[in-house]
Parts: sequence; C-alpha cells; structure tokens
Amino acid sequence: MNYAERMENVAVLGAGGKMGSGIVLLTALEMADLRLQPENKDKDFSLQAVEVNAKALAGLMGYLRDQAKRAAEKKAVGLRAVYAGRADLVENEEIVRQYVEDVLAVVRPTTKLEAAYDAKLVFEAVNENADLKVKLLSQVKAHNTQDAWFLTNTSSIPISELNKKVGLDGRIIGFHFYNPPAVQKLVELIRAEATRPELADFAAEFAKRLRKIVVPSRDVAGFIGNGHFMRDALHAIAEVDRLTPEFGFPDAVYMVNKVSQDFLIRPMGIFQLVDYVGLDVCQSILRVMNERLPGGKLHSPLVDRLLALGVKGGQFPDGSQKDGLLKYEKGRPAGVYDLEKKAYVPFAEIAARADQRLGAPPTQAKPWKAVMGMPDKPAFLEAFFRELRGLKTMGAELATRYGRRAKEIGLELVTEKVAARDEDVNTVLLTGFYHAYGPVNTYFD
Amino acid sequence: MSNKRRKIYMAAGHTTVSLGTGRKEFNPKKPRPGVEDYVREAGQGTLKQVGGGKNVDEGVIANFMAARFNRQGHLAALIPYVDPDMRWKPCVRVEGACGSGGLGLMTAIKSVLAETAEVVLTIGVEVQNTVKAIYGADILAGAGWYRGERKNGHAYFFPALFSDRAGAYFKKCGRDKTRQAFARWYRNAIENARLCDTAQEFHNACADLEALALTEPNPRSFVDHLNVYDCSKVSDGAAAIAVVSEKGLERAGIPKSEAVEIVGWGQVEADLTVPPEDLTRLETTARSVAKALQSAGIGLGELGTVECHDCFTISGLLSVEAIGFAKQGEGPDYILAGNTSRQGAVPFNTSGGLIGWGHPTGGTGVRQAVTLWQQLTGKAGNYQVPIAAQRPYGLSVNMGGNDKTVIAIVYRRAE
Repeated sequence: MNYAERMENVAVLGAGGKMGSGIVLLTALEMADLRLQPENKDKDFSLQAVEVNAKALAGLMGYLRDQAKRAAEKKAVGLRAVYAGRADLVENEEIVRQYVEDVLAVVRPTTKLEAAYDAKLVFEAVNENADLKVKLLSQVKAHNTQDAWFLTNTSSIPISELNKKVGLDGRIIGFHFYNPPAVQKLVELIRAEATRPELADFAAEFAKRLRKIVVPSRDVAGFIGNGHFMRDALHAIAEVDRLTPEFGFPDAVYMVNKVSQDFLIRPMGIFQLVDYVGLDVCQSILRVMNERLPGGKLHSPLVDRLLALGVKGGQFPDGSQKDGLLKYEKGRPAGVYDLEKKAYVPFAEIAARADQRLGAPPTQAKPWKAVMGMPDKPAFLEAFFRELRGLKTMGAELATRYGRRAKEIGLELVTEKVAARDEDVNTVLLTGFYHAYGPVNTYFD
Repeated sequence: MSNKRRKIYMAAGHTTVSLGTGRKEFNPKKPRPGVEDYVREAGQGTLKQVGGGKNVDEGVIANFMAARFNRQGHLAALIPYVDPDMRWKPCVRVEGACGSGGLGLMTAIKSVLAETAEVVLTIGVEVQNTVKAIYGADILAGAGWYRGERKNGHAYFFPALFSDRAGAYFKKCGRDKTRQAFARWYRNAIENARLCDTAQEFHNACADLEALALTEPNPRSFVDHLNVYDCSKVSDGAAAIAVVSEKGLERAGIPKSEAVEIVGWGQVEADLTVPPEDLTRLETTARSVAKALQSAGIGLGELGTVECHDCFTISGLLSVEAIGFAKQGEGPDYILAGNTSRQGAVPFNTSGGLIGWGHPTGGTGVRQAVTLWQQLTGKAGNYQVPIAAQRPYGLSVNMGGNDKTVIAIVYRRAE
C-alpha cells in the first residue's frame, strides 16, 4: 500500500478536542490535496472524525470551514493550477470556495467509534489517559478490517507500552503535534522498539508533506518536549515553595512567573504556560511520567491541591484562556490564586512591591516578540544575558538559577538518550514552545 | 481641430489620508470610513477653497470598482452628498480602471472647454480594504480582459502581468541592475512619503529600505519576479480638485498664483483584448506623453517634476523610458544615478507616488494632479521641491490596466 492509498481512509479519535481538531484539519487538507491530483480523481478519500461529544463535533466543522478557507487563501497561487481544468472556476473567490468544499467533503463527522473500523490509518488524539487510550485502541484493533496503522498524539505515554497493551505488533508510532497543530511547526516522532520500519517511513513522509519540523525522541515517558517542560515547571514550583515563607504565595508566583517571561525572554511566563496547557493535563502528564520514571520526583502537591480546589486552567471552546493559577483579563494574566483566601489577588496589589524586590530587568531588555524578529538574535542574547549575570538583583539571581536549571534538564535528556543531541532539545523548545533560544546554551555559565 | 479654445486651470486640491497597512491608525479588524465618507471629505476639502458648492457648475467622480469593493454603484449621486448646493447640477461618474482619475480630469476639462461649466468639482476615490488582498486581486483583475485573460491568469493577476514585464526586462537588460533600480525606486518613494503626512508610508521607519526591497521574490506565494515592496499597497483614499476657466477662478476668488494652468494633454486608449507587443515597453504611455508634450509645445528639458504611474517598480522604470528621459534599457542607470530622486534632475512622485503615497486605484489620477498643483504653487509643505524657472512644467501620467488607458497632462503655475 503506497502513501496515497494509506491516506484514503483515515480515522481521527478525539476529533473535537484541542489537538484532535487541528489534526483533523491538517489531515483533511492533505487528503483533499491528494484527491485533487489527477490520478486520484475517481477515489474516495474519507476522514472519519470520531468524537463522543456531539457539541464538540459541531464546533469542529465551523473551525474546519474557517481554517480551510484561510489555507486556501494562502495557497491560492497553487490552487489555480489545481483547478485549471474547471472552466466554471475563474476568480480566486470561486476557487477558494471550491477548495473549502473539497476539504469539508473529505471529513465525515461521527460520534461512533465503529466509523474507525474500516480505516487504514487511525490517528489517536484523545485525553492523555493511558487506560482510555488502551481501551479505545483495543476496540478499534479488534474490529478493524484493514490492518490499520496507528499514530498516537500522546505527549507522554511510552509507545512501546501502548503497542504491548493493545497488541499492535509494531503497527503504532508516536506522532506528537504541539498546540495548536495548525500553527506549531514541531512534530516529535517516537518509534517504539517494535515499530515497523515502513510505518516509520510513512510517518516521516506525512510529517514532511505537512511541512513540519521533525525531531525524533526516544520512547521514554514525556519524550523531549514534556521531559523538559514538566521539569522546568517543577523547578518554578520549587522556587515558589522556597520564596513563599518570606514573601507569601501570591507574591512568589508573581515573581517567578515574571522572571521566567521578562528576564528569560520567553513568550509567556511559566505559570501562564501551565494554565495554557491546563493544570489537569499537566497533572496527567506528571502522573504518567512519575509512574514510569520512579525516583524522578515528577510530582507536584501544588498542582494536586489546586485541582482539588477546582482551579483548572485550559481554554474555552473559542480558544480564550480560562482562569488557573493565574487569573486572565483579555487573555493577559491579571491576578494570582491565593490558596488561603481561595480567591484571586489582583496583580495590581502585588506588582509594585514584587517588582521592586526583583529589581529592574537588564537595561537592554526587549519583549520576546521583538527579540524573535531580530536579524542577529544570538548577539543580542549574548549581550543581554552578560548584563543580567552582572546584576546583583533578586530578579537576576532567580533568572540565572532558572536558566541553569533549564540547561541542566536539557543536558540530562541527552545523557539519558531521550534526545540524540543537544540540538534536538533546543529545536523542540524553539519550535514547539517558541522560545527565542534553546535551553542548552552558554548564557548562564 | 483646436483643443485649446479657452484657458483651463486647476486649483483647490485636497486629498484624504491614504489608509491601509503601514498607517498607524489602520486596523483591519475595526470599522473604517466608507466610500461616501471619502468622497465627502475630499470634495468638501476642495469646495471650502472655492467658496462652496454654490460656485460649482458640474461634478465629476472617478472610480474604478466601488460596485465590487463597496457594493456601491451610482456614485455620481454621491456628489450632492458632499454639499447640498451640488444638488440639481449635472454630475457624472467615469471609469477607466486605474486611469479613472485621469479620465475624470479630462471629462472636467472638456466641460470647461465646451463652456457648459466654469467650475467643475472633480473627485477620485477608491476604498479597497473591504476585502482581503487575494479577493482584491479578483476585483482589480477587472482592469484586464476578463473573458480572454482571467481564467489562465495568476491568482495575483496584475502583479503577475507586471512581473512578466519585469522578467522580460531582466532578460534584456540584466536582473541585478534592474532589481537594484527597483530597490532605489522603492527607497525614493518611501523617503518622499515620509515627508507627506497623508501618505500611506508616512509612518514607515525602516532603516535600510534598499535591502528590504531586494528581498527575493517568492513565486510559491506571490509572483515570479516581484516582491511585495515592488507593488503599491491596498489603499482607501480620495482626492479632489477644481477644474476651472478664468471666469471660474474669479468666481471662486482664487488668485492665479494659487492655480495651475493646464497647457497640454494626451488621452490615449489601446485595445483591451490585445496583449502588449513588447513587454519591456509601455507603448500607450509613450504615445500619450508624446501627445501631451506636443500639445503643450514643450520638451522634456522643461519639466521640473513628474507624477508617474508607479503601481509597480517596473512600471515606474518603464515610465521613465516611455516618457523619454532614458532610452530603452537605460532606465535603471537613469534611476540609479539619482535623477528621479527629490534631489535629482527631475524629481518623480514627490509625495511618494503610488508605492509611497498609496494607490486608491480610481482616485490616483486626481491625487497626482493635486500633488503637482501643490508643487507648482508652492503649497507642498515638507515635500516641496524647488521648481526652477527654466523647468516650470509638471507632468502627470495616469495609466489604466496593463497600459491600456493613459492620460498625460502638462501643468504650469498660472500667471
């Protein structure tokens, strides 16, 4: 079976979710492009978008329509050639409309798992829960008529474990997108030892056709991305614990979040990122990792306590941020959850005294976005961090400690052979987390 | 046939801001003024200088595609919206793609020549940011031959037509030097626009304009031989000017020192369905300019400043050759020697031109007349260039479509 034949009948499980909807979009665009090739014109390409939540399915279709239109507008130059034989399609507008229809025609939304039984390729993107994944994959495997190949979007569960528990005999590979899949350039590819070489080749081609940057990760819980992110977040939480006795919990959270964003020039503060991912998702990932990597202390009582209090983070269906450890106004952090008062303390009550304690950031400080656009980023970062290291402020000290820990985590991932080389760790943080620089650097030495 | 049976003047010019990407106040997600707002702002700017609509006999409005960009036809009836005193007077809308503005001026000139009017309010307008660029390209493609050209044309139809011209020019005269001339043309345009507060590129703060302009073209997402800096932007804007007789000047209370005299013109049409014979030449432009200079009885050496139709850098370059300042193939040298810059022998497009000031398509011809009126009467403020006594004339060249409708007009300060 060649690539195009494999793509003729695909099922995405968890199609209405945050990751699933993006995966449906990218896969549907790819399938529509295949179908529009002259040699495939009589074939039916179908993508079964399987989602138990019917309401999420309705949302999915609206999302697909908008995003397919955007994609069509962006590639209108090429689409005119694709539809050159259609005399009725003359203007860009007509071509865009037809392409959106062609993409949507591929997608068959359904709440029934049975729809995956005839799929040649099954992409699993359900919640990060090993039991749920094993259950669904087992059911599909038991009834599937096509000896389907399985791609899983898990961000933490070892692929070999899923392979074994479901009995897939190497017909599975980890294909981990970053959120949101349509935007983030990175895909982590994770081969289990048993993964069939031809499936690995297929996955590499699929990623290439989606124009993704591929980083291979060894099959160790958390892989490179969460392997770094979770430990990075645990460092931040440990710093909060260290600072809390002296400054109080809300101030400590504010300070560490601020340092991680403004002093380390990251796109968002670490606790904003935790909220973005969702405290519940972070908890699941930590649990998966901690169970499989004993002794790594991959656990946070703070996260458990917040969730027990109903503080969750994550996003509303429209993509806007829910309150988590931080409170959000117009998408921006504006307060911190106070564990004692069980209410949010506005930044306005904290900022003045906390900023004074931290001290001013280096005079050369620039927002992350400005740094990303710089033609000579390394030179700027070199000078910026040299100045930072020379400062005697608390902010500079916290940032230096943070930067060193982030590097240590990166190096450990290489030592443990999760990543093949330093550069892979850096690529993951640069392209999956949009950092301005990789954690394995010399800025904090 | 005498085409100059009376003296014709222009005065009381006004332009709105050219709004679009680049302007700080432009936000594509927020509501913006509509076509009627631009018509009113520009029209009132002129009427205020001529004593109001009561002093005006006729109205002309030039526009290309409001029917599609704004779903608004029947634009002549927007002239009375400018001023109630314009009600019950003859008004007309003219269209000639991006040459609409020039046709508007010619229509007004002919009314004054015909002695049916002493004062004609002439407005040019286009409001294009109502659709994304990819759909705007569909609308603008209406300046080409729809049945014969559109289906096989590029997604970015007009940029691609001029990209083809650029490609042909590269072959003939060398790619590197030609692209350097494009980059210089862009830099001149932006530097001029930075001096004119209504220009779309007024806020442009890029430090190295030529380096930016030399960005390699990306045929996958745009066209083969041009990048976005080679193109005028999507603009919302309007301009207005009064076309008047000597009697009209008196009635409006405008001294001659504040008016320009129209001393010659050339209005030329080519066949929409026939592709250009030589991609490296703007033949219609050349014919129209030759006619205008002949009717004015002047030579190139007497031109002090030019407003040319640089919808693309390549059209700027080809205009320089078509007007006659450089021989075919020598346009890049002429530009790179600095002749067209504001310090050069013949400053071109002193308020930024189509690339720098903006290109509200149907309004551009009128905007060019306003810029020349300002330069020749000393009203150009920060972007004023010196007008030497031995070079007292200004020339505007307004082109519609792929060199199909061209209107060249020669001006000098009235005396």
